Amino acid sequence: MRLPLFEFRVPRTLKEAARILHGEGPSAMPLAGGTDLLPNMKRRQQVPRTLLSLRDIDALHENQFTDSGARLGACLTLSDIASDPRFRNGATALAQAASQVATPQIRNMATLGGNLCLDTRCNYYDQSYEWRKSINFCMKKDGVTCWVAPSSRICMAVSSTDTAPALMALGARIRLVSHSGEREIPLSDLYNNDGMLYLHRKPDEILAEVLLDPLHEWRSTYWKLRRRGSFDFPVLSVAAAARFSPNGAVEDARIVIGSVASRPLVAKEAARFLVGHSLTSETIAEAATLAARIAKPLDNTDFDMSWRKKVTAEFVTYALRELRGDDVTAERASITRLPSA
Amino acid sequence: MPQQKDPPEKQSNRNDGELRVIGHPRRRVDARAKVTGQTRFADDISLPRMVHCKLLRSPHPHARIRSIDISRAAAHPGVYLVLTGKDLPIEYGILPVSQDEQALCLDHVRHVGDPVAAVIAREELIAFEALDLIKVDYELLTTISDPEEALATPVPRIHEYGDEGNIHKRVALEFGNVDQGFAEADEIFEDTFFYQGSTHLPIEQHASVATKDPDGKLTIWTSTQTPHYLHRALAKVLQMSAAHIRVIATPNGGGFGGKSDPFNHEIVVAKAALLLDRPVKICLTREEVFYCHRGRHPVLMNFKTGVKKDGTITAMHLQTLIDGGAYGSYGVASTFYTGALQTTTYHVPRYRFQGCRTFTNKPPCGPKRGHGTVQPRFGQEVQLDKIAEKLQIDPADLRLRIAESSNAVTANFFRLSTVNLSECIRRVVKSSGWRENFRKLPEGSGVGLACSAYLTGAGLPIYWNKMPHSGVQLKFDRGGGITLFCGATEIGQGSDDVLASIVAEVLGLDTFDIRLYTGDTDLGPVDLGSYSSRVTIMAGNAALQAADRAKALLAEAVAERLAVPADRLRFAGKRVFDSAAPENGLTFQEAVCLAEARFGTIGTVGSYTPPKSLALYKGGGVGPSPTYSYTAAVVEVAVNPVTGWITVPKIWIAHDIGRALNPTLVRGQIEGSVYMGLGEALMEEQEFRRLPKKLSHALVHKFPSILEYKSPTSLDMPDLFTELVEEPDPKGPFGAKEVGQGPLLPIMPAVANAVYDAVGVRIDEVPITPEKIMKALTEKKAGRAPRFGPSHFPHVEWPEALRVPPPWEGGDGNAINDVPRREKAKPHPQKEQVLSS
Amino acid sequence: MVTISLTSQKSAQIRFTLNGEQTDVSFAPYKTLLEVLREDLNHTGTKHGCELGECGACAVLLEGKPVLSCLLLALECNGKEILTVEGLGANGALHPLQEAFADLGAAQCGYCTPAILVTAKALLDQNPHPTRDQIREALSGNLCRCTGYLQIFEAVEAAVLEIAGQDNAAS
Repeated sequence: MRLPLFEFRVPRTLKEAARILHGEGPSAMPLAGGTDLLPNMKRRQQVPRTLLSLRDIDALHENQFTDSGARLGACLTLSDIASDPRFRNGATALAQAASQVATPQIRNMATLGGNLCLDTRCNYYDQSYEWRKSINFCMKKDGVTCWVAPSSRICMAVSSTDTAPALMALGARIRLVSHSGEREIPLSDLYNNDGMLYLHRKPDEILAEVLLDPLHEWRSTYWKLRRRGSFDFPVLSVAAAARFSPNGAVEDARIVIGSVASRPLVAKEAARFLVGHSLTSETIAEAATLAARIAKPLDNTDFDMSWRKKVTAEFVTYALRELRGDDVTAERASITRLPSA
Repeated sequence: MPQQKDPPEKQSNRNDGELRVIGHPRRRVDARAKVTGQTRFADDISLPRMVHCKLLRSPHPHARIRSIDISRAAAHPGVYLVLTGKDLPIEYGILPVSQDEQALCLDHVRHVGDPVAAVIAREELIAFEALDLIKVDYELLTTISDPEEALATPVPRIHEYGDEGNIHKRVALEFGNVDQGFAEADEIFEDTFFYQGSTHLPIEQHASVATKDPDGKLTIWTSTQTPHYLHRALAKVLQMSAAHIRVIATPNGGGFGGKSDPFNHEIVVAKAALLLDRPVKICLTREEVFYCHRGRHPVLMNFKTGVKKDGTITAMHLQTLIDGGAYGSYGVASTFYTGALQTTTYHVPRYRFQGCRTFTNKPPCGPKRGHGTVQPRFGQEVQLDKIAEKLQIDPADLRLRIAESSNAVTANFFRLSTVNLSECIRRVVKSSGWRENFRKLPEGSGVGLACSAYLTGAGLPIYWNKMPHSGVQLKFDRGGGITLFCGATEIGQGSDDVLASIVAEVLGLDTFDIRLYTGDTDLGPVDLGSYSSRVTIMAGNAALQAADRAKALLAEAVAERLAVPADRLRFAGKRVFDSAAPENGLTFQEAVCLAEARFGTIGTVGSYTPPKSLALYKGGGVGPSPTYSYTAAVVEVAVNPVTGWITVPKIWIAHDIGRALNPTLVRGQIEGSVYMGLGEALMEEQEFRRLPKKLSHALVHKFPSILEYKSPTSLDMPDLFTELVEEPDPKGPFGAKEVGQGPLLPIMPAVANAVYDAVGVRIDEVPITPEKIMKALTEKKAGRAPRFGPSHFPHVEWPEALRVPPPWEGGDGNAINDVPRREKAKPHPQKEQVLSS
Repeated sequence: MVTISLTSQKSAQIRFTLNGEQTDVSFAPYKTLLEVLREDLNHTGTKHGCELGECGACAVLLEGKPVLSCLLLALECNGKEILTVEGLGANGALHPLQEAFADLGAAQCGYCTPAILVTAKALLDQNPHPTRDQIREALSGNLCRCTGYLQIFEAVEAAVLEIAGQDNAAS
């Protein structure tokens, strides 16, 4: 499968990159790890006229850990993150998410920024040009119908990023840089529940950094459902983080459900319910029910959608039990198929 | 060349203790090439002036082609040639009875992905872009998505031939009075099973390079398992003498049956190379490999089995409904195969089989590892588990009680050779701790057992002829080296190593002393191909014969020189010497020179033809084999009782191999079979998707990609404990039987049986997914039948069965209600051929 | 800043280190490293099974780390160090991983083998004594349809011992 033709540009600074994006408009796309964009280009789902390589912009490859938190360059690879011991304890969810993306080779290429901006996925969309032609294309590219939900007016492609739910549970913010300036927003605000317009990112903005507050008072975890031990995108994920008072009651909590909508879903009600409670079997069960309620998977990923819905509460339960301090090694090994995970 | 003489003893001295090559774990002969990346696969071939081909494929599952306009594509810069169906109108197909494919569809497309035009251009990218410039005007036809629809929709017909409407083939055979057998049963079990389709997924995408040789002949390098059959198809479609076509099967980057048909892309590049007089390459995309398919047929099965209280089977009636996809491929053989091997594992005294294959608008199904026997093996082994439970007999004991025995002739007239099924069962019962675990593990954990048999080579060729199935030629060099020529095709299974090891053993050499030229129709004698687990026994026996003949010549010359009787000579350690006085001898090289001086140029040939089958009835061509392999497996599963999530931590397997020529490779075949079986058991599915009818005509492959077609990863592979049961089989070279396919078969039913042991639900369908388990668990909780699986078998108008009395009822292998085969007029070459693969 | 324009001609050029040798190559700029290695440099040891990052057959080492050459623009490799299966052996001898793979049945059809070998090399470079689970994990991005992986794991383990033996002998 051959890539289409493109113009290739390699700016050395963020400013220069932003200027090019501004000038070229949406026909230019930033290229980081390439593991999402290049397959899409080969399948002609995305056909940018200009590719803007971010590899020479040093600022995007840096990370900083200080008392006031962490700043992670968007071009850090997922392997960098998965192997860095500084992403343990409070930020464990991020390391777990990064280490479960795709495959080892892909994690050596794929970047944090790329995973956060991962194109939404759908098995009517992630197909070759010829295949899509045989279904008369879909709304997201070249067509008019959303085949998952033919009466839907918006595209139902699925948010399939692993790191976004984890970072949202960790309360991450991001810095977006454009020709006209820059802005810092909660990561959660980057996402939109629309498979086509899934990012509140302007075409000329570059996701430059991820910002984390100090997390030493937090515990966090990430659970991912996929068919096999590697390769597969999540078809359900649960990220959870909590801060506990000395007596074990939850002081603050965030639960995010991934891959069941066009954006990661924040289970606000479930998290709010937990505050003030200690994690007993009853409170966990209640929170799991509340969290699972918001998951509305559709028939456009692997696994049966009703089954994905049914097991959501169970996955939330695993996550909350782990935050409580239960030994869930056996459950995790069974799900990840990695005995030492 | 001297006249060839067979040595006095038919077999060389094959005393176990003296084997130096055979039976020892060894580096395979082609290993160095593989680990250095030097093995030349088809897509690795690049020739000067080479151009690239892409195929335009139908976006519609079923349509008539009204017209094709290629003018814009042909005028596109960089495009050298555009071909359509008119350029290659002659039909072909692997079986003589189903010559139903065209290299480029002339006027009728039958599945999404059917090729309609080819563009040959300077670069692949240009060819791809030019495809979009071809305008095809289609008239859409009703789409048939599965066998039930095919039965209910006789028109429009997907093909103009076949038994009726969209039924490709219906067969019915009855061995003995089955109704009587059911009347004698204490219990009768009836179960319906469904086995989903799956594909081979070789990591190598099919590729071919064709060129017109300097002398004007045609050469094609291609990833095929069956160069000889492709050779015939090319001659037919290109209307050329086969003598002017050379097919070189490049080592296959995995085959598993998926490269066993002649393919449209091979014919297209051959034609283009002839027209352009320059090399033409095509390499399929992964998606296109899914459209070639020829994978496992989805099969719905109904098993009715009568048993005595002690588990003895009194009668069996099997019906299969088979989703063939859009073309015949091996389908007629596949249909017979779904009913062929039920009798070869356990004693079934009376047996009725009815099979029906339908056409549907999907990529054609064909032979995948275990060809046609995998699906009914699943049903039979799961049903046996149910029978054992009802009769309160341990499933291992039940099988030991009814296992077939060596040298038996089955109800359908297959002659068995060595049968070590019982020993296989005993081995896995012991190694897995079966007696301590079965029905005794905690909720959520379980073990299941299943067995299988598989043929060691199809007893009959695909086209009717009396010639050998395999031939080997050896050429002896004055330097002491041997060059071996054989049509056998290396697809990763180790066929080159088998050939080299047999010759090396007989002549006392290392495998490194043998140079191999295989899979080349110009250089080697015909071998029918790498399918039906036939290469070890057939090419192996041919190599053995050629080596024995050479040994006899060399021995005669050496005996004279050393003045010792020829039968006292030993060939070992690259020497030929007096076994009574080992220091008295010559080097192998000296022996060759001596023989050449005595007889002239030394070259020998060997060939192999399987023994005559006893199954003389129509359809009896599918299933006979010189000998059968046997396997038993125990699978352990862990099932989450809430989610149905399933993992397989351990598998124990024992395989009756006869003799392991190279135990390293034998283990690899077993482990690879288990792996592929596990994929089918748990996750692999060739699934199709139909969009809402009022909105679209589509019937598309749900996800023709390696990402969404779930092949287990290194993290999904369980621990595996493999044992070999070795009793040399008189039919095999050095006693070897097959190993490439049989060990796949017990895995799927053993998983299903283990799930039942773990959580008490029956999954009568493959793959066994968490969703299905959860649904069955829900049924169980609700007090309904704890089961997931098909609920009915649709009505099929079966033809009158050919009635063949089994041997114990005085049968002679012929049907009593058909003209006996022997008395028939000479079969028509196209119509009456006995099919097999 | 570098700008390369749209074309299917061999208008792009990079200089990089391929298997230890400085290499200059001209190619059509849309090509991936996989395509340039195979088509423009005749290094066909690196294979492909999907060209979409879904099988792992095209893995090579970029600066010592396994990456997928089908998802890497050759343009991105200027100045980089690439190792393919052709560069595994040294001084006329096979790498211990190659020897072990050959001896222990780890290559059947041999098609996924080159990528698995370089991936395993990267693992051993970074972790000379991996556990079975670490090997499983490191190779979890390389599909093999033939072996069921077990003989591959065993070969990696055998190579670990061989390398350790060589190192001891050397020290």
